[in-house]
Amino acid sequence: MTERTTASLPSGGELTTDPGSAVGGGWRSVLGYWLAIYRRIWPSTVISSFLAPLLYLAGMGYGLGALIDSGDRTAVPGVPYVAFVATGLLAAQAMQTAAAETTYSVFGAIKWLRTYEAMLATPLRVVDLVRGHLAYLALRLTLVTTIFVGVALTLGAMRGWLALAAIPAAVLGGLAFATPIYAFTTLQRSDEGFNILNRFVIMPLFLFSGTFFPLGQLPTVLQAIGWASPLTHAVTLTRALGLGPGTPMWITPGQAALHVGYLALWAALGYVASVRLLRRRMVV
Amino acid sequence: MPLIHAAGLRKTFGDFVAVDDIDVDVEEGESFGFLGPNGAGKSSTMRMIGCTSPVSGGELRVLGMDPLTHGPQVRSQLGVVPQQDALDEELTVAENMLVYGRYFGIDRAVVRERARGLLEFAQLTEKADSVVEALSGGMKRRLTITRALINNPRLLLLDEPTTGLDPQARHILWDRLFRLKREGVTLVLTTHYMDEAEQLCDRLVVMDHGRIVAEGSPLSLIAQHASREVLELRFDVADHAERLADVHDLADRVEVLPDRLLLYVDDGDGALESATARGIHPLSALVRRASLEDVFLRLTGRSLVE
Repeated sequence: MTERTTASLPSGGELTTDPGSAVGGGWRSVLGYWLAIYRRIWPSTVISSFLAPLLYLAGMGYGLGALIDSGDRTAVPGVPYVAFVATGLLAAQAMQTAAAETTYSVFGAIKWLRTYEAMLATPLRVVDLVRGHLAYLALRLTLVTTIFVGVALTLGAMRGWLALAAIPAAVLGGLAFATPIYAFTTLQRSDEGFNILNRFVIMPLFLFSGTFFPLGQLPTVLQAIGWASPLTHAVTLTRALGLGPGTPMWITPGQAALHVGYLALWAALGYVASVRLLRRRMVV
Repeated sequence: MPLIHAAGLRKTFGDFVAVDDIDVDVEEGESFGFLGPNGAGKSSTMRMIGCTSPVSGGELRVLGMDPLTHGPQVRSQLGVVPQQDALDEELTVAENMLVYGRYFGIDRAVVRERARGLLEFAQLTEKADSVVEALSGGMKRRLTITRALINNPRLLLLDEPTTGLDPQARHILWDRLFRLKREGVTLVLTTHYMDEAEQLCDRLVVMDHGRIVAEGSPLSLIAQHASREVLELRFDVADHAERLADVHDLADRVEVLPDRLLLYVDDGDGALESATARGIHPLSALVRRASLEDVFLRLTGRSLVE
């Protein structure tokens, strides 16, 4: 046995810390857990995180693109279809990575593996669990979007240094999905809800948020849904930044601020809901 | 000051009362047990002491602090072994220790150093680089306990530490817990095994339906609520109550179970001889020392493990 520390015991009542103030490793130690797991499982994420988006890019961008762009005429003036799709897929893959991480892996930590329960037996608080998990997700999103942008730049599907600014835009878009889905997950009793979420929310948004074609192509009702979708706003940002000024997709700083604000609002509301609902789920 | 002080402690889930007005004090260095069947309120009590479940009523102080306002501060000095292991199965034994130690904000280098000593203590040194998934049930349980010691806790809470383990694994575990106790770690455990309570607890409370029905050392409880020995008689009858009249005067007390009669006596062999002399020939007869199981049966009319 190692030496026994004689931790001085604060006597009851004299301690003036706030209820549940942070002691111990905090969210950083939770991030440490998820990174340790990621070191083990990253090969299994290669296909869904890296290859799938590139396959979409090849199939839709180059395959379908060859039909859409003919000669000098492109669907959006001056923008080849592959560039249009690449800048949209960037945000769409961030959404999908975020959804995968905040459904099954959060549910696993709550129910299947009881990771959260073990964490809460230590000085960690519910808020540390949420922050640490989201910090890990933000790193994952940064990794997948950086690789995607790197590939797109190499292929010429994105252009210019400004394309790098599309990375944080895509990460923010991912977080705008991550926190509300995290809150949704804390309410689930089984994993059945995740199929429904994927089929009726994630997949439709993937298709109708301007990833593959401009929203203007849709009937008015679907356009309204499209504009409510955070993905539309993320795509608008990543497309403007990925294609650069001088294309019809460019937006003013004022418009950009509105899109960023809309995404930040979703992320913030989802975060508040996640902490509250996870506490209700775990602290009984 | 006691390490744990509970007065009128309650836990309710809606209309259901899981813990109903219990008083408990546990002193430093003590080894204390909550004995009772499943659903007696042991785990709910443990979770309140572990500051992961809010108190519904009454007073609770753990290490002198209020769990409601100082949960993280209390938990930083606790070691918690939950009913289910909840290890990080994909990680190695060493990684489990490191990740868990970091939750307490302990330096990596310090965690590594402590983990070395602790894994040796738990006889898991050779398994340090094995992935947890591949370990046996007994090893996993030992790792859960080892992990809970990473912060040098003042108080170790064990919720059914050996449920589901084979006898050999249980004995290894008991031996390790006994050593911890000798090193001065305060142990609080729940169990529905009387032998476990007898092995490990200086003092215990018997719980049933959320209430404490008896309190004392294992020996004093047995002396108080049972006899020195028990004669178990099994007959070839559908209902053992039929044979009660034949033997009831041989014992201080007779308990009728579905499959046997329990005769509480001071001299088991003597009682068996007297029965045989009367021409009573059971299918089988067993003389044994009285146990906490008998205490529980006496107090509640039910067995601990059904």
